[in-house]
Amino acid sequence: MPDSRNALAEAVGDATVITRRNLRKIVRVPDLLVFTTLSPIMFVLLFAYVFGNAIGTQGTGVDYKEFLVAGVFAQTVVFGATFTGYSLAEDLQKGIIDRFRSLPMSPSSVVVGRTVSDIGINVISLVVMALTGLLVGWRIRTSVLEALGGFLVLLAFAFAISWIMAAVGLVVRTPEVVNNASFMVIFPLTFIANTFVAIDSLPGPLATFANWNPVSSVTQAARELFGNTHPSAPPPDVWALQHPVAYTLLWVVLILLVFVPLSIRLYRHAASR
Amino acid sequence: MPTAIRATGLVKTYGEVVALDKLDLEVEEGTVMGLLGPNGAGKTTAVRVLTTLLRPDAGAAEVAGVDVLRSPQELRRRIGVSGQYAAVDEHLTGFENLDMVGRLYHLGAKASRARAHELLAQFDLTEAADRTVKGYSGGMRRRLDLAGALVARPPVLFLDEPTTGLDPRSRLGMWDVIEGLVRGGTTLLLTTQYLEEADRLADRIAVIDHGRVIALGTADQLKAQVGGERVEVVLGDPAQLPTALEHTRGFGLAEASVDERDRRLTVPVDGGSEDLVELLTRLHRGGVAVSEAGLRRPTLDDVFLTLTGHAAEGVPGPASGSTADVSQEGVA
Repeated sequence: MPDSRNALAEAVGDATVITRRNLRKIVRVPDLLVFTTLSPIMFVLLFAYVFGNAIGTQGTGVDYKEFLVAGVFAQTVVFGATFTGYSLAEDLQKGIIDRFRSLPMSPSSVVVGRTVSDIGINVISLVVMALTGLLVGWRIRTSVLEALGGFLVLLAFAFAISWIMAAVGLVVRTPEVVNNASFMVIFPLTFIANTFVAIDSLPGPLATFANWNPVSSVTQAARELFGNTHPSAPPPDVWALQHPVAYTLLWVVLILLVFVPLSIRLYRHAASR
Repeated sequence: MPTAIRATGLVKTYGEVVALDKLDLEVEEGTVMGLLGPNGAGKTTAVRVLTTLLRPDAGAAEVAGVDVLRSPQELRRRIGVSGQYAAVDEHLTGFENLDMVGRLYHLGAKASRARAHELLAQFDLTEAADRTVKGYSGGMRRRLDLAGALVARPPVLFLDEPTTGLDPRSRLGMWDVIEGLVRGGTTLLLTTQYLEEADRLADRIAVIDHGRVIALGTADQLKAQVGGERVEVVLGDPAQLPTALEHTRGFGLAEASVDERDRRLTVPVDGGSEDLVELLTRLHRGGVAVSEAGLRRPTLDDVFLTLTGHAAEGVPGPASGSTADVSQEGVA
């Protein structure tokens, strides 16, 4: 009889198998390689050279290039999370989930394996972006540990968004629709924030939204942990941005509490139609 | 012989559409049951219910001694499923696909690898083992998918339209493979729209229409149930079909069925060669040019058309329009 420890070991083992399967695709699917490496490079360069000089320091007192790198990181990992929903919808469409569902594997493993491997995709994107950033003059001005903390906050937030996208993918079931639908939400979410401009420059209601937008707090957290803030440009006086790490992690926990059970439930029912 | 698959009163509806309408089914251990029916008859729905992919609205099912609804996870250890569309990962190699399935059956790393190599050899895929499936032909994908269903050596196997969409040569290859499996004592439930396939592979055939079994038996029993023989003529000129029909009126056991595409008239008879001569004489007198003629025993095609024709239209004897359609589907 399998006891609960065996069940847990099986669930971890199954999720590992699925994670490995997903990661193999990064090198085998050209689109995916471009998505994870080339487009992040392009974003860093684009923002650094096109907007970096045009927008100026926006009263942040920091060189704009340095200011926007954390924003580009945040936007890219959030976009990266859409891949979770895209891939699950694709697996559903191609019948691979039917095959998985007919196997005696742990019911959580497909979604867990997916979201975990998408952390891997975001790690690759972050490394590529950080290297590109360093080349164009971005610098980490804190300790290695703090910088690592910055990357972890970004990854944790993207992981949570992945779980939302998993639910979207399992409900929508068409990869292209998942992409288009989530871009409609993610574009405003990542732009009505402190990612590329100082929140002061936004009109009233948008500023309020940006103040409490978790994309702002994750960006602010990364900026602080990388040491890319400046004393002359303090973040707006709202709790979310004064305590960006805590506020971001609060969102992460809340999202996971809702979407982990929801997505696993959706997975169990997604195939049974 | 003990029963390997038993379904009782399975019901599944999608809004207005009744996919399964109190379906009953029993398959003895070590035998092949063919579920035969047109598209939308409920074959795939039945397989999905029996393989835990779908919960029925009502009814019960037991497979390999396990209650499908109560112990789905336990059942999944004992069955193999190969679906209508090859569910293989095209970005993985053939070997990686099978190795992954082995691990998800919890065979362990070493046993999974060994089993994957064994199956690749069995299905003539060893050479392609380390290529990604993207470059495989349709037949190779199907074989790999079937191999995936066999990884854990399941006592009960479900194949949902295993040869749909394959070219004739791949189909013959697939039939050989399936026959080999069955010789090993595996219980097989096979769905198909191809009568020839059911005739060749299945010990017993359940004809399904509108979500229920409308006839059940061996191929010979089903053919006998339809009775008589068939006189078949192929006309030289399709324009003469109406004239030919005119001359067959009142001849044979039931009205002739017409396949316009093949310019073919089929008439059920019970008088053997005399009826053949009689029909040819009538057509000759009527000035109808015949390019081929013959007498044959009923095929499963006839069984299928007679049975589903009744069910679909509620008229005795197949009506020409719909039978032509179904027969095209049956032999396509």
